[in-house]
Amino acid sequence: MAKLDSRIPSGPLADKWRKHKTDIKLVNPANKRKYEVIVVGAGLAGSSAAATLAELGYRVKCFVFHDSPRRAHSIAAQGGINAAKNYQNDGDSVHRLFYDTIKGGDYRAREANVHRLAEVSVNIIDQCAAQGVPFAREYGGLLANRSFGGAQVSRTFYARGQTGQQLLLGAYSALSRMVGAGGVELHTHSEMLDLVLVDGHAKGVIIRNLLTGEITRHAADAVILATGGYGNVFNLSTYARQSNATASWRAYKRGACFANPCYTQIHPTCIPVSGDYQSKLTLMSESLRNDGRIWVPKKKEDRLKAPGDIPEADRDYFLERIYPSFGNLCPRDVASRAAKRMCDEGRGVGESGLGVYLDFSDAINRLGENGVRERYGNLFDIYHEITAESAYKQPMRIFPAVHYTMGGLWVDYNLMSNIPGLFVLGEANFSDHGANRLGASALMQGLADGYFVIPYTIGDYLAGQKPGSRPKTDRAEFRQAEENVTGMTKRLLGIKGKEPVSHFHKRLGKLMWEYCGMARTKAGLETALQKIPELREEFWASVNVPGSAETLNQSLEQAARVADFIELGELMCRDALTREESCGGHFREEHQYEDGECKRDDQNFAHAAAWEYQGEGKTPLRNVEPLNYEFTKMSVRSYK
Amino acid sequence: MVAEKSSKKLFNVTLRVWRQAGAQSPGKFVDYTATDVNPDMSFLELLDVVNDGLTRKGDEPIAFAHDCREGICGTCSCTINGKPHGPGHGIATCQLYMRTFKDGDVIIVEPFRARAFPLVKDLVVDRSAFDKIQQAGGFISVRTGAAPDANSIPVPKADADLAMDAATCIGCGACVAACKNSSAMLFVAAKVSHLGLMPQGQPERDRRVLAMVRTMDDAGFGNCTNQYECSAACPKLISHDFIARMNRDYLAASVKSAFQPVSLGGGGAG
Repeated sequence: MAKLDSRIPSGPLADKWRKHKTDIKLVNPANKRKYEVIVVGAGLAGSSAAATLAELGYRVKCFVFHDSPRRAHSIAAQGGINAAKNYQNDGDSVHRLFYDTIKGGDYRAREANVHRLAEVSVNIIDQCAAQGVPFAREYGGLLANRSFGGAQVSRTFYARGQTGQQLLLGAYSALSRMVGAGGVELHTHSEMLDLVLVDGHAKGVIIRNLLTGEITRHAADAVILATGGYGNVFNLSTYARQSNATASWRAYKRGACFANPCYTQIHPTCIPVSGDYQSKLTLMSESLRNDGRIWVPKKKEDRLKAPGDIPEADRDYFLERIYPSFGNLCPRDVASRAAKRMCDEGRGVGESGLGVYLDFSDAINRLGENGVRERYGNLFDIYHEITAESAYKQPMRIFPAVHYTMGGLWVDYNLMSNIPGLFVLGEANFSDHGANRLGASALMQGLADGYFVIPYTIGDYLAGQKPGSRPKTDRAEFRQAEENVTGMTKRLLGIKGKEPVSHFHKRLGKLMWEYCGMARTKAGLETALQKIPELREEFWASVNVPGSAETLNQSLEQAARVADFIELGELMCRDALTREESCGGHFREEHQYEDGECKRDDQNFAHAAAWEYQGEGKTPLRNVEPLNYEFTKMSVRSYK
Repeated sequence: MVAEKSSKKLFNVTLRVWRQAGAQSPGKFVDYTATDVNPDMSFLELLDVVNDGLTRKGDEPIAFAHDCREGICGTCSCTINGKPHGPGHGIATCQLYMRTFKDGDVIIVEPFRARAFPLVKDLVVDRSAFDKIQQAGGFISVRTGAAPDANSIPVPKADADLAMDAATCIGCGACVAACKNSSAMLFVAAKVSHLGLMPQGQPERDRRVLAMVRTMDDAGFGNCTNQYECSAACPKLISHDFIARMNRDYLAASVKSAFQPVSLGGGGAG
């Protein structure tokens, strides 16, 4: 059984991080160059970590499967980044950001980690501004802010609707500087396919070059995974098409615990699926709910009628009806589930029946078409581009979609997993968002981990490793891991079945969406736990992966990722079945209040569940890390 | 819940796709018929469907670059009917929808072609030259932790807005593919201008433009002859005015570096 020691420093909450920084071990500057650190992934967390560690003097190797670090999916984040700067003088503080994040996470995150996140949030903005990130400004030249969901202050910094892009390009510029200076050895088109453990410590990785197929071994003194989330288990999501969980999953199979895999966030306002060919769902910023009214027809038979032909009396503004005090601005998870219920009742709109209207006609009457265009013009343009419909003339059709995963590899306060020497940053870890993430907090966490946490905490581990003691890659552990990778590749290419990889990914996605999506039940999850292993068997018997291993082979890449998604999907269902409560993004229909709100069970489930791999075909072990709320009072999360 | 049959009128097109196994192999156009195309499909989704069909037949699917499929990562890179990213205006390949085409169309699909972008396979090219240019100077040297309070450096809103216009570049390379000289001037000018417009970027302004332009030239990109095909093909419609701005910066930096006395300084602190 894995030992889960969260290593939370003692003392008052606000002093923990400062105290920890003075208590942990340091590596002296002349010794840093003797340590080599592998960073896998180059999104916000990976790029910022690789750049900063190289600045400190460590030798860094950075691996990305993209053709350039600038492609990582952090680039697509729209809204902004939170920071407790209190530039607006509206009462914000580190404590308030901490509290909002803990409450937003439905009391399932670690207090000490979240407080540290709030503390370093202010340094992130300083760092990014100094890098030349073109944040929105006021006329006086100072930084502008906007407000975002789950907060009563204006603390979100932004760069138009492309904040993720600008922050990633900032981190990419810092990384590029260190690549140019020789501090980082950058490997693009390089996918991590296994983790190598030597004497129980993470000491290397196995990499496949996606252009040549060459498999290489890389040894290091420590390994950092910053490889993002696993939302593509659902096939359709707002993730990039190639976002995957393979690095995390292979680490799990080497003994790293996977925590809270069932915590997934479903965003209510996305453009609905239009057909079976669909590869991607596009987000429409939730700011639209400030002025749009959500409705479906009252009568099933009206659902295919033109919305303009449905009289006011026959429309059901269901959010306003069910949640009169919050109306269209109720929390993401509540809005998503309500939309699903309407569609389940057969009242969903659009050809697929999986959509609800987001109607701006009242706003247009109030503000005029130009007024609406000023606020939301770019979003209406995106909507038009994808659907060929004008939201000025008819209501938008929207439907919820998967877009973030709060679960991930278990880490301690140092961001180290239960495997010594293996660190996990950003969306790939589990620690800061609990069961639900607030808007504009993902960018904050990625950069906090990479710029301001790992540069300190990795020293605490490395100081205990003798300089120059990193293993040689001709050891048996490396050979065995490489054989593991080449064996899987050979097996995939050898099946030569009937169906392309996408066939299985789509089926997995449908199963997950049906049984482990917005609302989960015991019976549904049990069905999924029966069907997913069947799908897995079918995949390994009848997938067709054409081509060879010695060249660019996108089918092969995707096949390995989908094989991992199938296994991870099963673990997600197992976790969701075991967690007999509702919290944040995890909603079990058996556990709800009369008004449909999540009913937590703090008595039995105020803990992180960290699953430990036990070998193929064996049920994984569920380890528990209790969450102790010393500084906040756990209460029913209510935004009413 | 099962999606019911679409009421959209489906149609057929022919894709004439450049197939090339590798940089050293000969390439050729191959025709693929796509039937029952839904106008709401994206162009890349059509390629997915065609590829699934090829896979079912045991043929090798068409390699193409893609990732975010929402026009921001800059990975996709097809030249469609002779235009980088196809017939749309201000969009990337992934934002092109099949309703742009009509029944019976022959759609010609090629990779971005440029000497500095060697072909990898089919529709995939190697754009690592862009990363090299960034590494030469596309940054402001600020160590993590060394930054002053963000509001201690005010930036006039107009400058910040213009810098943002330049910074929206997604690094796709359409500007290069559209240029008859395969020039990367728009790409480089966008980065040089973004950083050069900000007060934070001033200390390294001369050094940056000289280093980035030198690296660009070394990578084999051509020169700008003011046709502005680059801006027209840019998915973010970045203005060619930034090229003029970079030329001014480059000239000033060249003159200054030729005449300015250089400190013999040497040695660091301590």
